[in-house]
Amino acid sequence: MIEVEGLVFRYPNGFEALRGVDLRIGDGEFVAIMGENGAGKTTLVKHFNGLLKPTRGRVLIDGIDTKEASVAELSRSVGLVFQNPDRQLFSETVREEVAFALRNFGFSGEIVEKRVERILRLLDLSEYADTSPFLLSGGERKRVALASVLVWDPKHVVLDEPTIGQDYLQKERLRNLVMQINNQGKTVVIVTHDVEFVAESKPRVVLMSKGSIVGDGRAEEVLSDRELVDRASLIRPQISELADSLSDRGLPRHLIDAYSARSAILKLLRDKGGCP
Amino acid sequence: MSLSFLEGLKFAKMDTPLHRADPRAKFLMALSFFASSLIFANALALLALLALQIPLLAIGRISRRWLKSLRGGAFLAILIFLMNFLTGQGASFSIAMSIRFVCLLSSFSIFFLTTSPDDLGLALERCRIPYTISFIFTTAVRLVPTMALDAQEIIDAQRSRGLELERGRFLRRVRNYIPILVPLIVCAIRRSLEMAEALESRAFGASERRTSLVTLKMGPWDYILVALSIALLASSIHISRSIQMPSLEALDRIFGLGWRIA
Repeated sequence: MIEVEGLVFRYPNGFEALRGVDLRIGDGEFVAIMGENGAGKTTLVKHFNGLLKPTRGRVLIDGIDTKEASVAELSRSVGLVFQNPDRQLFSETVREEVAFALRNFGFSGEIVEKRVERILRLLDLSEYADTSPFLLSGGERKRVALASVLVWDPKHVVLDEPTIGQDYLQKERLRNLVMQINNQGKTVVIVTHDVEFVAESKPRVVLMSKGSIVGDGRAEEVLSDRELVDRASLIRPQISELADSLSDRGLPRHLIDAYSARSAILKLLRDKGGCP
Repeated sequence: MSLSFLEGLKFAKMDTPLHRADPRAKFLMALSFFASSLIFANALALLALLALQIPLLAIGRISRRWLKSLRGGAFLAILIFLMNFLTGQGASFSIAMSIRFVCLLSSFSIFFLTTSPDDLGLALERCRIPYTISFIFTTAVRLVPTMALDAQEIIDAQRSRGLELERGRFLRRVRNYIPILVPLIVCAIRRSLEMAEALESRAFGASERRTSLVTLKMGPWDYILVALSIALLASSIHISRSIQMPSLEALDRIFGLGWRIA
């Protein structure tokens, strides 16, 4: 359980990035944190493993106040994957890179080996195990960064902008992976601008703007709310725009993804006695 | 772990007489403080030099950030003291060397805190330094804060992967920095390659002689600054040659302060 209570955070230069955030994320939930650039999304998730400590208010991870624990301790249960893989890769081989955290956490050699092999297979990286991470493409480096965190099996997984620089196929794979992790009972929090990605995955959506939470609810409700989405400088998913423009013809407004739109349109056609 | 001491060298746009002064005059002033600090090896004289810089802090309203840069240099200052003291140079001399370092740091801190990278580039160009070289210099200065941001991000990422920088004995601690330094260097190289391509696609170096929109012009205040700088250097040379400055030990003897530093 991730509990955020009255969180205010001010950077040393005086900028107030979070202005009183209250948020509860239950175990096993799938949450997308969205909002404009500078809304405070990354600042918020950096509190989850104690990289940043609250200026006011508090953050509890499974009941432990982040002010009372070290980043290394908190990271055991909160795995945070950063946006830019280049700002963390340093090893000579992908295998070493992925094993880094396990060694830091003091796992024994045998377990390290097993876990690394398993996660490389899961993320389709086995063939690069002995390659230098610096020789991989942008998308592959991103997956190595992801593997280097998932490898220690944290209870809560936080991904900052996981879809940036990924082609459509990789995004689909990422989405499946995220769903898979979530189905294993892990909490998954993603920070993203990618409205379409969220619309297809339908998590709970927490919308942020200027350091506060402005919307929180099911993806269908939040992402189809034009006013709310505007406030966070996002645009609605294309399907939602379509549903809105056809609402006078009887299409429900809450549609955000192609699959449910298809069913709704078919139903509409059937009811009106058009094509099958 | 925080890199806030780098703030101490970061230029911030402000409107004070010192910020408006001609960069060449300011550079001469920094140089003259620099040279004077090297002339003296006496703690009192060096302290006086440091004191002479204080009015500049007030004029430029940079005292807080100046202090930050000194705090960043504190570790080195202590190291310099220890190295001298442990190699048997005597407390008085070792203290003087530390103050000398602070003086040197301070003179350039004041210069960089009050001179924008653009002004610096203009000044270098006026000194007939080829544009390519002055460009390298101003870009390097400009990239320092960007690299500090990179470093902070890298530290955050590695700490999230269980790296504890303060763990272990000395050698282990040094090794702890490898996961920080490698990505930092890789990022810097990637960035410079990208930058080179961007510059070339914007026709960098297409014309031999560039003209610039803003040209530097020395005003009366700048000449006064130049005169003061020359006066400072001249009197430093004069004083060091003709007057025997009392050492800390001598003061101790005269006033019976009982410092027992000798």
